[in-house]
Amino acid sequence: MSEGIYGQSKIDGITLFLYLILVAIGFMAIFSSSHGAESFSLDFGTKYGKQLIWIAVSLTIGAVLFLMDVRFFEVFSYPIFAIFMVLLVLVMFLGTEVNGARSWFSIGSFRLQPAEFAKFGVALALARYVSDIDTDMKSRRYQMITAGIILLPIVLIILQGDAGSGLVFFSFVMVLYREGLSGTILVIGIVSIAIAVLTIAFGFVALIITLVILGAIISAFVYTNTRILRNLWLILAICIGFSKAVDFGFTRVLQIHQQKRIQVMLGLLDDPQGLGYNVNQSKIAIGSGGLLGKGYLQGTQTKGDFVPEQHTDFIFTSIGEEFGWVGSTVVIILFVLLFLRISFLAERQRSKFSRVYAYCVLSILFFHFLINIGMTINLAPVIGIPLPFFSYGGSSLISFTVLLFLLLRLDANRENELASDY
Amino acid sequence: MTYNQNRSTVIRLIIVVFALILITKLFYLQVISDTYAKKSRSLSVRTVTEFPDRGLIIDRNGEIIVFNEDAYNLVVHYPFSEKKFNKSGFCDLVGMDSVEVEERLIKAKKSQYNGKGVFMKNITSADFARIQEGLFQFQQFSIEARSDRKYKHNIAAHTLGYVAEISRTELERDAEDYYDIGEYIGKSGLEKYYETHLRGIKGRQLYLRDNAGRLKERYVGGANDVEAKIGEVLPISLDVLIQEYGEKLMAGKTGSIVAIEPSSGEILAMVTSPGYKPEMFSMKNLSKNYNALLRDKSKPLINRAVNSNYPPGSTFKVFMALIGLQEGVITPNTRFRCNGGFHLGSLTVRCHGHAPSPNVGYSIQTSCNAFYCNLYREILHQDRFENIEDGYNNWKSYLDRMGLGQKLGTDISAEKPGNVPKAEHFHRIHGKNRWNYARIISMSIGQGELLLSPLQMANMAAMVANRGYYYTPHFIKGDSVPAMFKEKHELGIEQKHFDVVVDGMNKVMLQGTGAYVKIPGIDICGKTGTAQNPHGENHSLFIAFAPKDNPKIAIATVVENAGYGATWAAPMCTLMIEKYLNRDTVSQRPFLEEKMFNTEIKIVK
Repeated sequence: MSEGIYGQSKIDGITLFLYLILVAIGFMAIFSSSHGAESFSLDFGTKYGKQLIWIAVSLTIGAVLFLMDVRFFEVFSYPIFAIFMVLLVLVMFLGTEVNGARSWFSIGSFRLQPAEFAKFGVALALARYVSDIDTDMKSRRYQMITAGIILLPIVLIILQGDAGSGLVFFSFVMVLYREGLSGTILVIGIVSIAIAVLTIAFGFVALIITLVILGAIISAFVYTNTRILRNLWLILAICIGFSKAVDFGFTRVLQIHQQKRIQVMLGLLDDPQGLGYNVNQSKIAIGSGGLLGKGYLQGTQTKGDFVPEQHTDFIFTSIGEEFGWVGSTVVIILFVLLFLRISFLAERQRSKFSRVYAYCVLSILFFHFLINIGMTINLAPVIGIPLPFFSYGGSSLISFTVLLFLLLRLDANRENELASDY
Repeated sequence: MTYNQNRSTVIRLIIVVFALILITKLFYLQVISDTYAKKSRSLSVRTVTEFPDRGLIIDRNGEIIVFNEDAYNLVVHYPFSEKKFNKSGFCDLVGMDSVEVEERLIKAKKSQYNGKGVFMKNITSADFARIQEGLFQFQQFSIEARSDRKYKHNIAAHTLGYVAEISRTELERDAEDYYDIGEYIGKSGLEKYYETHLRGIKGRQLYLRDNAGRLKERYVGGANDVEAKIGEVLPISLDVLIQEYGEKLMAGKTGSIVAIEPSSGEILAMVTSPGYKPEMFSMKNLSKNYNALLRDKSKPLINRAVNSNYPPGSTFKVFMALIGLQEGVITPNTRFRCNGGFHLGSLTVRCHGHAPSPNVGYSIQTSCNAFYCNLYREILHQDRFENIEDGYNNWKSYLDRMGLGQKLGTDISAEKPGNVPKAEHFHRIHGKNRWNYARIISMSIGQGELLLSPLQMANMAAMVANRGYYYTPHFIKGDSVPAMFKEKHELGIEQKHFDVVVDGMNKVMLQGTGAYVKIPGIDICGKTGTAQNPHGENHSLFIAFAPKDNPKIAIATVVENAGYGATWAAPMCTLMIEKYLNRDTVSQRPFLEEKMFNTEIKIVK
């Protein structure tokens, strides 16, 4: 233990309070969606009974974190990262297949999903690497290694067949942006995504015609400046090439059902009976909640089991239906307060490792929150990632708890850290 | 703030903006749009309906005419999921092959309404027991019981009307949103007019259901449930005895008989022929009979009693005499010359040979055309009128008060108003006021433009029987008779004038055109009519009431293309009167009865 020369700071009560209240509301929602209207009994065979165990386990692990040496995770961040990567590889061979993805270890009746915990490993490794005194974000070599730390788990998880969990790691772009990643790279990323979506939506031919016409119009205004003109057409050529690549990948490489899934995700295809069934049911449940909701344990869609996967990925529908717009907004505001608080904690860290780690936690939680709620109301593709602290399941609850509690631990110790910021 | 700390502000802004997007979209879904609330209700709430028995219909003597028999429909509830549907088990249960089940499911889905579609109609009670027993395995189906109409007396089809599945148009017009698809509603006649009285109130229990269609607890604790209320008995004024008798008399002929109780306006019988038996339109028979009857050239679906119009012919002379007396243009002893008809220049209205009319009564008894042609002149061209329009309108005002040329407003639909032209009609033909009585002389003897329904004719007989007023003819009886049927309609003709014409009508039956059908012991007053029919043989008409004092029955009969009023319509009327007043099983005039029962009169065109 490194006893501080500046004295011991306290655990951040606001974050802890927000965490506890979100977990409590989440438990209520799981109770509602898995319980029905029968009277309450403490039965650990039920979904809510199990969730209660997971909450207890999470809090215990959180407490244990506070007993450990705060330097432990910084020192061992690379080995921890390595262990999780090995687990991600192993699960492809030893894992159990659930819903078409081989991403679960089965130990007796318990199942663990290493992808959930891998976030923790990547957050540590990223924090360690970015905060390293030698790391220079402007150097191409360091950029490549940083990208490698993020892309490796993505590749491994997508190989398991769980694209949704893989996409989560892209959220670390937020961390990199905070730590000085050039805005150009972000712009390139966003433009690439836009071109990919537009290609799938309108087709390759329509897109290049539009781009060429656009290029021609701009050219007409700047025809005297050959330098701009040359760059403009160079960029256009790259865009067209990229669009063609996406078009080829989409129509030739992907299977028909995969194409359809992407089209439904992008809202290009309406399919309330097939792929869009979950979203349709989810919208009906949430939309029927009205301003104040149908009342706790009174949701007709929740009680009738109309929303598939309600207790896991679609847990927000229970809130939306039973507590209405007001309840949904309260939950969203609680999350936003938590995010702003984490951002505040991050900025007050003296250690760069702690700050980068804090932003890692923020980006993971925010991405889950945004995509999960977004998909229940048809704003985001259905990629099957849980709502932090709400969704049923041990792996995700423990993983989010560990992520957050290590941050609290680091924050509590911040006065003992040497300032390494610049 | 450093450059990178600025970026933390950007990150916080991004978080808040995205959260606001979520909140906004939620506001649209939950508060602004009501699509999802509706979808949620139709998905998760199942209505279990309990159909009460429809009210019985009984006649004026308490005799049951219409009662009920249970019938069952198998309905399918939506959303229907094929995934959880054990099709082969269901095929066994309903005794169909999978192709038929599939076809019926498609048909039911097409016609679904309010989340329900009819899979199978009118299940027999034997099948019902078997299906009911196994149906618990198929919670997306249910059996709905309702009552089908049965007839203890298979008569008066047009009056009673029929009950059938509600149509899409009727569903859309259903302002109180009472009906669902596959439900039954009164389609015509009294079944339609007194639908709300007869149907009762259907019971409704709302249940929550889950995604497999299983019923769970009561929706909102049963707060929106409705208890079923049985349909009320409808007592009507028909007399089964004479209704049945009238239908037998009219068999094989085309026309109508209407009998009214003058003192109340209650319709005792309404016969139309050719017709059909009400049983042919019960739920299970309707589909196979309806189209055949609709195509039938003799038009059996038309209720000729209210929906066909005929010239009243000489029966109208009674009312001409009444108007003349009231106007003071004639006295009971006025006489007009008759040289075998009425002559004015080239115009001739012929009359049959009879002794010269000494008075009004005798003119009715002999049905003298010349008398009424002259009378019409006197009525229309009085000194106080400035022009023909005034005179005509004055005359027409009497007809208006008699309810001619307008719907009487009885309690079955499909009434046709008849025809009494406005003065403008003749202005258009002849020029404004450039016409006189001679131009419209046919109306004086109940011909020409003048058209009446048999119901209106019977009602006119009732007016004479009452000596000057009538109640709107109607079928409903008992406590719930609406005020409009209790309102007395005065004709504005003094009672003393009626004594003159009633005497004449009485003489018709004693010495006049109706003498050979008189009934021993009953003092009948009547008037024959033979209406010229431009399309073929004359229509045979007769109006009558009896007894002369304190009349109990007023009646009108029209037999199309049958010739003289005295030959067909008159005997039928008197037989009806005899049956009604004496209630004998055997007529005193069996030969007449036989002749009427067994003669067929084809329409010749």
